[in-house]
Amino acid sequence: MANLSFLFKTAIRDSRKDLNKLFMFMSSIILGIAALVAINSFNYNLVKDIDSQAASLLGADLAITGNKPLGEKLTPVLDSLQAETAEELEIFSMAYIAKTDASQFVMIKAMEGGFPFYGKIKTDPEQAYLDYQDKPHALVDHSLMLEHDLQVGDSIKLGIRSFYISGRLKSAFGSIAASTSFAPGIYIGKPFIEETKLIQPGSMVNYAYYYKLSDPTSAEQWKDDHRESFRNESLRIQTVEGQKENLDEAFSSLNNFLNLIALVSLLLGCIGVASSVLIYIKNKVPSIAVFRCLGMKSGQAFSIYLIQILGLGIVSVLIGATIGSLIQIYLPVILKDFLPYEVVMDLSWKAILEGVLVGLVMTMLFALAPLVSIRNISPLRTLRTSDDEVTKRDYLKLSIYGLIIVGIFLFLLRLTSEISSAAIFTIGLLAAFLVLYLVSLFIMWAVKRFFPSSWSFVFRQGLANLYRPNNQTQTLLVSIGLGTAILTTLFIIQGLILTNVDSMDAGNQPNMVLYGIEKNQADRLTTITEDYDMPVIQQAPIVTMRVAGWKGKTKEEWLSDTTRVARRWAINREARVSYRDYLESDEKLLRGEFVGEVNPGDSIFISLDEGYAESLSVDLGDEIVWNVQGTLITTFVSSIREIEFRSMRTRFFILFPKGVLENAPQFLVFITKSPDSETTAKYRSAVVKAFPNISVVDLGMILSTLNDILTKVSYIVKFMAGFSILTGLIVLISSLLLSKFQRIKESVLLRTIGASRMQILKINATEYALLGGLAAATGILISLVASYFLSTRQFELEFDLNPLPILFIFLFVTGLTVFIGLLNSREVIQKSPLEVLRKEM
Amino acid sequence: MDYILSVEKLSRVYKSGSRELTVLNDINFDIQQQETVSIVGPSGSGKTTLLGLCAGLDSPTRGTVSLMGQQINGLSEDERALLRNKHIGFIFQNFQLIPTLTAIENVMIPLELQGSKQAKSKAKGLLDRVGLKDRMTHYPNQLSGGEQQRVSIARAFCNDPSILFADEPTGNLDEDTGLSIEQFLFDLNAERGTTLIIVTHDLELANKTNRIIKLKGGKVVADEKSLIQAQV
Ligand SMILES: Nc1ncnc2c1ncn2[C@@H]1O[C@H](COP(=O)(O)OP(=O)(O)OP(=O)(O)O)[C@@H](O)[C@H]1O
Ligand SMILES: [Mg+2]
Repeated sequence: MANLSFLFKTAIRDSRKDLNKLFMFMSSIILGIAALVAINSFNYNLVKDIDSQAASLLGADLAITGNKPLGEKLTPVLDSLQAETAEELEIFSMAYIAKTDASQFVMIKAMEGGFPFYGKIKTDPEQAYLDYQDKPHALVDHSLMLEHDLQVGDSIKLGIRSFYISGRLKSAFGSIAASTSFAPGIYIGKPFIEETKLIQPGSMVNYAYYYKLSDPTSAEQWKDDHRESFRNESLRIQTVEGQKENLDEAFSSLNNFLNLIALVSLLLGCIGVASSVLIYIKNKVPSIAVFRCLGMKSGQAFSIYLIQILGLGIVSVLIGATIGSLIQIYLPVILKDFLPYEVVMDLSWKAILEGVLVGLVMTMLFALAPLVSIRNISPLRTLRTSDDEVTKRDYLKLSIYGLIIVGIFLFLLRLTSEISSAAIFTIGLLAAFLVLYLVSLFIMWAVKRFFPSSWSFVFRQGLANLYRPNNQTQTLLVSIGLGTAILTTLFIIQGLILTNVDSMDAGNQPNMVLYGIEKNQADRLTTITEDYDMPVIQQAPIVTMRVAGWKGKTKEEWLSDTTRVARRWAINREARVSYRDYLESDEKLLRGEFVGEVNPGDSIFISLDEGYAESLSVDLGDEIVWNVQGTLITTFVSSIREIEFRSMRTRFFILFPKGVLENAPQFLVFITKSPDSETTAKYRSAVVKAFPNISVVDLGMILSTLNDILTKVSYIVKFMAGFSILTGLIVLISSLLLSKFQRIKESVLLRTIGASRMQILKINATEYALLGGLAAATGILISLVASYFLSTRQFELEFDLNPLPILFIFLFVTGLTVFIGLLNSREVIQKSPLEVLRKEM
Repeated sequence: MDYILSVEKLSRVYKSGSRELTVLNDINFDIQQQETVSIVGPSGSGKTTLLGLCAGLDSPTRGTVSLMGQQINGLSEDERALLRNKHIGFIFQNFQLIPTLTAIENVMIPLELQGSKQAKSKAKGLLDRVGLKDRMTHYPNQLSGGEQQRVSIARAFCNDPSILFADEPTGNLDEDTGLSIEQFLFDLNAERGTTLIIVTHDLELANKTNRIIKLKGGKVVADEKSLIQAQV
């Protein structure tokens, strides 16, 4: 017992004077944990944020839609939901505008309830949306008002009822609205739709019921439970999850990236911990030998330093977690004016706890590795500083290395939730470590072997420092190299992601889709479009058809087959098929061969989207029979494509070759981009005037939501990467600062013997330049390999490299190393040798 | 006869690569309680190596060392540590104080390791005894070489060792300081009956001990009563 208190006392006494040497140890942990906690909570907040963004696309957690109202059977089912509700009736009709004595085809939405529950309806004046449902007021589409020169305060007649225009509709809610609307929208309160007398038996009305659940996460389960009974009533259930899938590709990259940063911060912290403890213990060897000489057992000596490291480690972890939490609370406040959007940051206890736990375990394992070698320090060192201590195989040390690998693997497993990814990452990290270690061995061997003995004294000294006993070649090469590798990888990946986000730039996406164009109208339409200086971005023929059978059985046979795996939606959907003899730039051939054209009478080879093929459970070579408006056409799957979600183009799951469908009944889809809403309005009326059959859909609202999300994504990527890069730099700098203690005695001795300041500086500069240059070069090479694999495998981005920043990183790391190396010798140069020796002893 | 230290057929061979270097070759001697012994010999003759073996800091290639009747070859490192803590004191040429601990903390270590309650008072008494009453809370780098060596003497006597090993205790000190250090050593030896084993180049110091063991080329070439002893 007395013994334990002695160990504690000694641990504290011994650390008193050496806290400065443990500063780096502490700062590595603090920064690493702070980053981990901040990133984790950022991540959680982001997920929440994206959830609510996706929710604002739908406007609710759950939506039931269909072309008839909820029947008696289903109403009780929905009434049992714990939810806030809203209802919508949608009807297409002509509106009469007295001001211009014009009629306009419009989409009327009669609303009841606080929809949208998520997101906002933007009107001008802003508060117009607050009370429009209670009075005979209408919110009218902005472009329609422009077109007819309407002002707020004017009136518009729907059916037999006149409405006061109380607001200009700037952006509406809900993808349902946007995606089905090819006529400008008008919103009124639901009670007033009766008075319009527009709803007559046989008129086409769409009904929607929106729910904001008290437990939003239950939506998906609810959908699964009730899908069948709703389908039987021809009603569709929509959830946020379904909306999110569209954006998934963009977000999975972001999520991967945040995970990468979390990993990077942790690893940087661990590198800092390992190298600082290693150097600290090296400094302690003489003291430990004396302790041993005086009769301290090896376990006791180990305990003293374990107590120190553990104590400071825990304190640092707590400080780090606090700083991380403060960052997540205060950063948005500080940055409020600079942020392009409003961030709501909640303190995430889960993130904090996770950070503390992971941080404590990992940093302690990394600290333990150098710490256990204390057990093997011989008391004989008091009599003689010998380096050739017989290094027995230390099984404890080996098992700690094993635990470190397991720890990293588990951490990665939690991040990626894939055993194979976690394993590949772990092996990659080990390989990087090994490469750096081997390079350091090679350098020591090579410098010794090919020593340039004809060089001047200072260069020879600087070079010889690389392999002499007590050299820091291995420690610094590995820590600087790994640090550089990790940071450069991060830097490259960040660049790739930002480029990708830019390429998805919603502002430059096509924002108008024209449906229902007949073949002979295409040329005129092109001319009209070009008259408005708008580009024809896509023009594709669409033939609608249905699956009649596949793999030798008819659709009916399949539907009654209980072993069927094909999904019902894939079987029943009315397929919108296009035909062409090339692949678009956002399509990627995954398997098989794309057949662009077939001759009459030949077998017909089609190309399917990967997901669609999966849902229909068909693969290359399988036969599919289509019912093209009464005619059966037999086809074979010859290729499987992946269609990237990069642009707003129409995506065709099923693609026929040229030479088959040319004479089938078809219409064209046209995609273009309008510069502003005024042009949109004018263009739309020009098109509708010329071809009343054509529907013009404005995607502007969806795009502006998407744009918001992408702005956030790129902002978060930049911010988090910046944070992590800062952590890395501080770890690099402090690991270099620590190396001061290694060379100080030698430098002082040289000074004592009579070396000039300049000579000392040159000796150190040579050593550090070589170390820094080599470590940076090796690290960058590793990062190139790593980021190539990361970008192509994990992030599914195209690998592309800008050599200039890479060169800059090389120069920067090398320069930094030399600079700090020289900074380290500052004391030797400025003070008297005696003073320095006494102080650093 | 009970010897406090017996060395039998002791050899130490260093291997460097394929070459073998025999540093100590078949050494034999016995030392009695309270004897003062100096080990002398030219540089490189193996004095320090011998001291390390006798104190249980190193393991011999062949032969045995017995301390207080116990063979130490067979003991584990930790068992030898316990032995050192209880019965052995050390003084080094370069003092070997722990730089991060104050003078008094350095002195207290051996007793604190034993869990003794009197560590502080005893350490104070010893520091007082070596004339460092006012320097107790100073760190080693705030003390002169002679002062540091006095601290290390206080530390060496703190656990009331039966045997004290000193490797050139005055080697780093000027003559006067060296003499006062020697005085402390011999006085404390007389007061407490501690066996003293001193490695030294200083023949005057050697002659103050009862017995001189001369090493040359790893062998004992002479083992005789010193001049003072012979005169008695
Ligand atoms: N670890 C080692 N490996 C190889 N040879 C060694 C080792 N340690 C000591 N020696 C050799 O053993 C011999 C004896 O060394 P030792 O230090 O015992 O001499 P010494 O008598 O104490 O000399 P000095 O009076 O100079 O201190 C020397 O020749 C030395 O080179
Ligand atoms: Mg010696």
